[in-house]
Amino acid sequence: MDHSSKILEIVRRVAAKPVDPAPDESLFDSGLLDSFSLTDLVSALEAEFSIHVPDADLTPRKFDSIDRIQAYLESRR
Amino acid sequence: MAYLRGFGCYLPSRVITNAELAPMVGAEEAWLLQMTGIAERRFAAPHQTVAELGLFAAKDCLERAGMAAQQIGFLLVASGSSERRFPGPASSIGAALGIPGTPAIDVPMASAGSLAAIAMASHLAAAYGNVLVVGAEIMSRVVQVSPNGRDTAVLFGDGAGACVVGAESGFAEIVDSVLHTDGDYAESLQLNLDSPLYMDGRSIILHATRKLPRVIVEVLERNGCKAEQVGAFLLHQANLNLILRVAQSLGVAESKFYCNVQRYGNTSSASMLIAAAEWHREAGKIAAPIVFAAFGAGLNWGAVLAKPIEARITE
Repeated sequence: MDHSSKILEIVRRVAAKPVDPAPDESLFDSGLLDSFSLTDLVSALEAEFSIHVPDADLTPRKFDSIDRIQAYLESRR
Repeated sequence: MAYLRGFGCYLPSRVITNAELAPMVGAEEAWLLQMTGIAERRFAAPHQTVAELGLFAAKDCLERAGMAAQQIGFLLVASGSSERRFPGPASSIGAALGIPGTPAIDVPMASAGSLAAIAMASHLAAAYGNVLVVGAEIMSRVVQVSPNGRDTAVLFGDGAGACVVGAESGFAEIVDSVLHTDGDYAESLQLNLDSPLYMDGRSIILHATRKLPRVIVEVLERNGCKAEQVGAFLLHQANLNLILRVAQSLGVAESKFYCNVQRYGNTSSASMLIAAAEWHREAGKIAAPIVFAAFGAGLNWGAVLAKPIEARITE
């Protein structure tokens, strides 16, 4: 299932601005999100998709772009 | 049983303001304050050693606790920035205190070191009597104070803190401690012998913001204590935003979290003890439970719960 539009909505909410990153663009290296936003992003994904992200998956790289978040959510199906 | 008997600290006299640091790291003064929440930090003098900073904190602690060094039965020294691979600063501090023969053990864990040392001291006190815990760091020598090392260098400072844990008396009883380690993320924060401190800030913040509230809840729940009953949270002073996040996660007023990171930066293993020493000096008599918590390289993290003696008696 394609979650990209929902992921983008969450990224915009966490960034608190109408950002429009490319699917493979780094959300952090591009400055759209900062380190503390990463925590908010993971929490928002947990709430939206009713998942628990275990400590073993708490790697920033997994949540670095919309494509990577999509891949992570797919892996959790 | 184990009791907190006193805290102490030592901060080098040289104050490094953002105005002084900014050109060294190629940044704007306002950016430093905005990004870190730190207004100034202390740097040790060139001749000073980690052991010397620790010794001054230990002496301050003993004086405040009204104790002589000869009453110490065990010495634990946390430091991640020691000048040499071995021996660490513990044996030097023991010698300088004039307590030859007393075991002096190093805890080279960095940020969570003094928390772990207090947890260990609470168990060692029954066998060794008074345990002196020291956290001492000269972080300014292990970061790259230059534009290349800017993102890390601006966060740290130098200092030392100390605490005495006794077996028979004190102002608060250490009732429980929880320690955790996750080596899967050991690479995220490391100090190798031939390079400056490396920190993957995103990874560290992500883990710390989730693990710290969780371990605090863990130690509180298993002792039937609620976060709102705690009088003071004394955390490793890693980052102001991180501390405020922990308060938010626990639903506790930010004012219950003692913060001095604005004045000293992150002094790694020393920070929680420096905060405890300043808090205790300001708070005076302790009327409600205290929670200590720290997170750092390893990854290591944990929490310690202490309750005032009067509260224990009336329970």
